Amino acid sequence: MENKYLLQIKDLAVEYHTDEDTVYAVNNISLELRKGEALGLVGETGAGKTTVAKSILGILPKVQSEITSGEILFEGENLLALSEKKMQKIRGNKIAMIFQDPMTALNPIETVGFQITEAIRQHNKISKYEGQQRACEMLEMVGIPRERYNEYPHQFSGGMKQRVVIAMALACNPELLLADEPTTALDVTIQAQVLEMMRTLREQMNTSVILITHDFGVVADFCESVAVTYAGEIVEKGSVDRIFNNAQHPYTQGLFGSLPSLDSKERRLKPIKGLMPDPTKVQKGCVFCDRCPHATEQCAAVKPAPVETEPGHFVKCSLVKGAEQ
Amino acid sequence: MSTKKTKKKSQWHDIWRQLKKNKLAVISLFVLIALILIAILAPVLAPYSYKTQDVVNANAGSSAEHLLGTDKLGRDILSRLLYGSRASLIMGFSAIAIGAIIGIAIGAISGYFGGWTDNIIMRLLDIYQAIPMLLLCIALAAVLGPSLRNAIIALGVGMVPGYARMMRASVMTVRGKEFVESAKSKNCSTVRIILKHIIPNAIGPMIVQITMGVGSCILSGAALSFIGLGVQAPTAEWGAMISDARASLRQYPTQALYPGLCVMISVLACNLLGDGLRDALDPRLRN
Repeated sequence: MENKYLLQIKDLAVEYHTDEDTVYAVNNISLELRKGEALGLVGETGAGKTTVAKSILGILPKVQSEITSGEILFEGENLLALSEKKMQKIRGNKIAMIFQDPMTALNPIETVGFQITEAIRQHNKISKYEGQQRACEMLEMVGIPRERYNEYPHQFSGGMKQRVVIAMALACNPELLLADEPTTALDVTIQAQVLEMMRTLREQMNTSVILITHDFGVVADFCESVAVTYAGEIVEKGSVDRIFNNAQHPYTQGLFGSLPSLDSKERRLKPIKGLMPDPTKVQKGCVFCDRCPHATEQCAAVKPAPVETEPGHFVKCSLVKGAEQ
Repeated sequence: MSTKKTKKKSQWHDIWRQLKKNKLAVISLFVLIALILIAILAPVLAPYSYKTQDVVNANAGSSAEHLLGTDKLGRDILSRLLYGSRASLIMGFSAIAIGAIIGIAIGAISGYFGGWTDNIIMRLLDIYQAIPMLLLCIALAAVLGPSLRNAIIALGVGMVPGYARMMRASVMTVRGKEFVESAKSKNCSTVRIILKHIIPNAIGPMIVQITMGVGSCILSGAALSFIGLGVQAPTAEWGAMISDARASLRQYPTQALYPGLCVMISVLACNLLGDGLRDALDPRLRN
């Protein structure tokens, strides 16, 4: 059963330490990802999505952050227990990351070609020339003419830069791609182009993807399964189909409720009332109970365990059917 | 690969275009280039050797033979000024090179790693900076023994803390950028990240300071020579020449005036060029 998944995160918890507080960024998240699957990690800003991605790659800032519990199994190996040397063989090679903001994810004073070549040459012992050829191929693969190898990031538009970033991430044919809001900084038409391109590349290379986003539209378009995060916990996860048609956690329902609909003539959006809980405080009960319209006293007192309401559909709420043992 | 050249060139073109708008900076640049040429070509340009004495003609005023007159030993002042540019420029540029390289290295390490490393380095620099720079240079030069080389070392070491601080601040702003994380996720080593991604991006503000620092190094170098801790006789150096002329300042003020003017012009040129470069390199000041 273990080998069924490419990536399996068990009970991951990450804390950030600042001078005054401890921020509980990720609280006991568990995730599974099959080979070739695309998982959407959805949630508000500050829900811990990016922290999960950085934990997988092992690039959390060393001084401030601490992984307090959990395992990240990648192809059966626990990444958190690996030595830095072994981790280096995986980072950038088997697991790569696309960063959120293409405007700042490229070094402004190196040519884009150099930066792709750098990624390739970190893992493959090939000559500079071969590296450059390979980088040119990558550029063409993402739809940028190879003549632009020697241009600098400021000579590219936002969408083009994101293509370069994607080319850089895919340069070593990774098994797992962590895409951290790859389309957030782009306008809608470019978003569609970039997603379309990622989809094609995914089919070509059979790469598994974790897509971090707060856009349900993108998830519906791109992913097979969804995990909804809230305040560092996964409150609901399952296939796209199940979540979109049968959202059971009040938070997920609230998210869908706050999306504008083309059919109805509502004049105002229906936001979820309230704010995210303070991440520096440990929540005793359900993380969502302050904002939940159905919250009971029990919700504030007892942390709900994930309940499988349908096969493969987990909900972390005390109020759904089946929660009371 | 031919595109590479044109692109790189265009970047410099851009800076040059901006710099050209500032007439003073352009003039300063030419003055500096002229000074460097003079230093290189001193043996060709100078009418006499810097140590030829013409004792009969000592303390002479300007004449066709000695354009700027002679000093108390009858040495031709013009020739000594031309030769003196060598010591002054070498002092200015090498001292700044030592100071800037060490300063940039310390600043980059301090800024990149942060935390305890940063704290310890910065507190040490605090102590270091509590000693006035010129005094520190004098003490160092006195301990090492007066010579051109030791004066350069003393000046260079004295410049370190200022550059280290500036570099640290600059590195800290670059450190948080996403491309640094991206480099980490590409598996670049820490050394590579610092050398390839951090320093080139953080060095911009330093260029201006380094240009201006050349001026202050020439000045401090002249000061060291003036008090006898720099270049030793008979080698010509502007500061040492002023020092020599000090005794007879009332009778022959020009003997001190000419080297003084040389120091002033070179320092002014460095500072004005630095100013111009700052405007040219700062995209916010562009129009």
